[in-house]
Amino acid sequence: MLKLNKRDTLLFVIVTAMVLLAPFLLNPFPQGSSMAQMFNAGYPDLMQRFVIFGILVIGFNILFGLTGYLSFGHAAFLGIGSYAAVWMFKLLSMNIIPALILSMIVAGIFSLVIGYVSLRRSGIYFSILTLAFAQMSYNLAYSVLGNPSSSYNLTNGETGLQLALNDPRILDGAAAANGALPVTKLFGLAMRDSYNLNVGGWLFTFNVGYYVAGILMLISFYISIRIFRSPFGMMLRAVKSNQQRMNYTGLNTKPYTLAAFVISGMYAGLAGGLLSSMDPLAGAERMHWTASGEIVIMAILGGVGTLIGPIVGAGFNEYFKNILSKINDGVLHQWLSFLPDGLENFIVGILHYFVGKGWHLTLGLLFMMVIIFLPGGLVEGGQRLAKMFKRKKTDDGSDSNNTPAE
Amino acid sequence: MSTSNLTRRGLIKNSAIAGAGFAAPTIFTASSAAAYTNEPTGGSVTLGFNVPQSGPYADEGADELRAYELAVEHLNGGGDGGMMNTFSSKELTGNGILGKKVEFVTGDTQTKSDAARASAKSMIEKDGAVMITGGSSSGVAIAVQGLCQEAGVIFMAGLTHSNDTTGKDKKANGFRHFFNGYMSAAALAPVLQSLYGSDRNAYHLTADYTWGWTQEESIAAATEAMGWNTVNKVRTPLASTDFSSYIAPVLNSGADVLVLNHYGGNMVNSLTNAVQFGLRDKIVNGKNFEIVVPLYSRLMAKGAGANVKGIHGSTNWHWSLQDEGSKAFVKSFGTKYGFPPSQAAHTVYCQTMLYADAAQRAGTFNPCGIVEALEGYEFDGLGNGKTLYRADDHQCFKDVLVVRGKENPTSEFDLLEVVEVTPTSQVIYEADHPMFAGGALGACNPGA
Repeated sequence: MLKLNKRDTLLFVIVTAMVLLAPFLLNPFPQGSSMAQMFNAGYPDLMQRFVIFGILVIGFNILFGLTGYLSFGHAAFLGIGSYAAVWMFKLLSMNIIPALILSMIVAGIFSLVIGYVSLRRSGIYFSILTLAFAQMSYNLAYSVLGNPSSSYNLTNGETGLQLALNDPRILDGAAAANGALPVTKLFGLAMRDSYNLNVGGWLFTFNVGYYVAGILMLISFYISIRIFRSPFGMMLRAVKSNQQRMNYTGLNTKPYTLAAFVISGMYAGLAGGLLSSMDPLAGAERMHWTASGEIVIMAILGGVGTLIGPIVGAGFNEYFKNILSKINDGVLHQWLSFLPDGLENFIVGILHYFVGKGWHLTLGLLFMMVIIFLPGGLVEGGQRLAKMFKRKKTDDGSDSNNTPAE
Repeated sequence: MSTSNLTRRGLIKNSAIAGAGFAAPTIFTASSAAAYTNEPTGGSVTLGFNVPQSGPYADEGADELRAYELAVEHLNGGGDGGMMNTFSSKELTGNGILGKKVEFVTGDTQTKSDAARASAKSMIEKDGAVMITGGSSSGVAIAVQGLCQEAGVIFMAGLTHSNDTTGKDKKANGFRHFFNGYMSAAALAPVLQSLYGSDRNAYHLTADYTWGWTQEESIAAATEAMGWNTVNKVRTPLASTDFSSYIAPVLNSGADVLVLNHYGGNMVNSLTNAVQFGLRDKIVNGKNFEIVVPLYSRLMAKGAGANVKGIHGSTNWHWSLQDEGSKAFVKSFGTKYGFPPSQAAHTVYCQTMLYADAAQRAGTFNPCGIVEALEGYEFDGLGNGKTLYRADDHQCFKDVLVVRGKENPTSEFDLLEVVEVTPTSQVIYEADHPMFAGGALGACNPGA
């Protein structure tokens, strides 16, 4: 099916099922219980982030996973895509299709220019060049092009680019008369519309924006599988293993790496455009170097060079970021109220540093544990588990056909 | 690589699902039975406190959170009731809001618009918050205010001082109790003139975002009107922590006044740098070099230590005020936490009380009911004297305090002294003032 081999088809079907059933999978606890308040992740904003950052890291993985070129400035393309999309909402139409197309084109052009210069070097020098370009874009967006009192205010600086009632919106015609801002939509479907399903104590939210982003992620994922399995992908892997040898055999590798760079830049642009489609505000922080670092962390967390890794890594990172930062002392006291008072206060006092504003610390520790014990990322953890169960079942220990799931 | 096949399939699949989607809107409309977003149905109502717990405004955020917790305690009948006893409206009785127990969720804005919106979204979508409040940065406040307008919940702005919050970016669902850059400048300028004369050369260092820009514009206009000359305006990134490279050029610019349009951690660092460079001991153009900080707070004075002595600025509220409301608030805050509240704590406490009172008076949590109850509302007893919530822009108008860093502090909290209380009539402006023009409130949005 779909010109995929059996393993890839299975992988694709699993991912598809996970994306479609996410509202159920992410809300395991009934509404109103204290567990639900903290651990349920099935609300539209977070689900959208899962798949959007999934797209971003899938694209990043095409560059980093296949060619080994570590771009430290990928957040720049995310930000550029976001700005392009918001401008499209302001000028043309609230329909997300032109916005997404423009954000991919603009991000593609930027990555072509930045890639053309940066790919003249490899290794650490390439990383530094991309980092420099990203910081340059960040500063342009934050300050130079973002001053409302100047005539070239493209980004609105720290406040972020937002919609306004008096934007032209050529295709949409006159703004709604009731003075409300228009919402982003796909033809008649508003991105923020949701259908709530109440089953017993459970509340499942099916959000339009999530499914639009989810379907785009599945398409991106499929294209990424095809690239991994194509001769082009093979060429990129060859670049990773020994670029010099390839050059000596007379092959010019530059077009291949540049193509990979532009493709992954367009993936980032699409992700940025989607972020703006779900919430029409683009801020410069999206382009900051820490955001670029986060992309690298997501890729490594999940497993570099594997197909499913990026999605897992992005989901893991976003989940902990959103969940841990919302736990406060009050919640901790509520959980531990069964303990004697002194002990309760003591434990809350310690945990205090790991939740709420301390979520970076916890995420950092988790990241270190993954790197130390599972150098191949979470995917390696999954493979080890699978192997363990397989051995128990068949008890023959041979894994001749057990090539790493990519 | 042939991908044409797959794109066609992807397209077919996509359009099939999109097609199914077109039929769906009837379901969507049918499902929204609630009258407004997050209508509280049980015995409790949830408020969302979205404050910076990291970044340059983290100190203010921490103090805001304390005040929010205190306000919730008072609303639910705990503690000594604080300003509920001195508030001119007597609707609140200590049994929650409209008989529902008040619960709250917290989030970290990280002083970034993106993170703040994500955090506010999760409060609205996941926790069912019916009101969002907080923000110690105007950029964040404006971003979250826009989100609340779209989502159909009320936004009670915390510490945000930019003209734009209730100026060009004002929204019908958003309300601000705090004062703004224009009011600071209007209150500060006469005091500066009487102290430093009308022949001065000012050099501006400005935090590079909406608050800094409007603060700089306001204070520059006010000082130029009384004869000062503006030498230069330099923008500094909000996330900066070292300002030495910005201070050095001031020395050779010929300026004799430095205006620091900085707040929170920014101001603490830039003022410390300026003092280290010996700016305050310099004589330029035959006059003593002076530093002015338009927006001041006790937390900043504490951070900057002895450097603040004799430096003038303006503030929304100070704990040493002797009216009944301020005394009651300082007493209950001090009893709970052991130190006096900051102006950030004061404004968010007031905002929570004002929201609760408005809901009580309106008899509903519906944002449109709240908007109606707050527009043009006059109240007293919350520490600033008689105050008006103007209907045209949802901005509060009240007296502004001009303060000075104390030369001989008697305690670690007694760092500022009030120089002058500028009456409302001197700081009020028309709703269509050029510095506030360009936006529209729009209509209240109840969501759902």
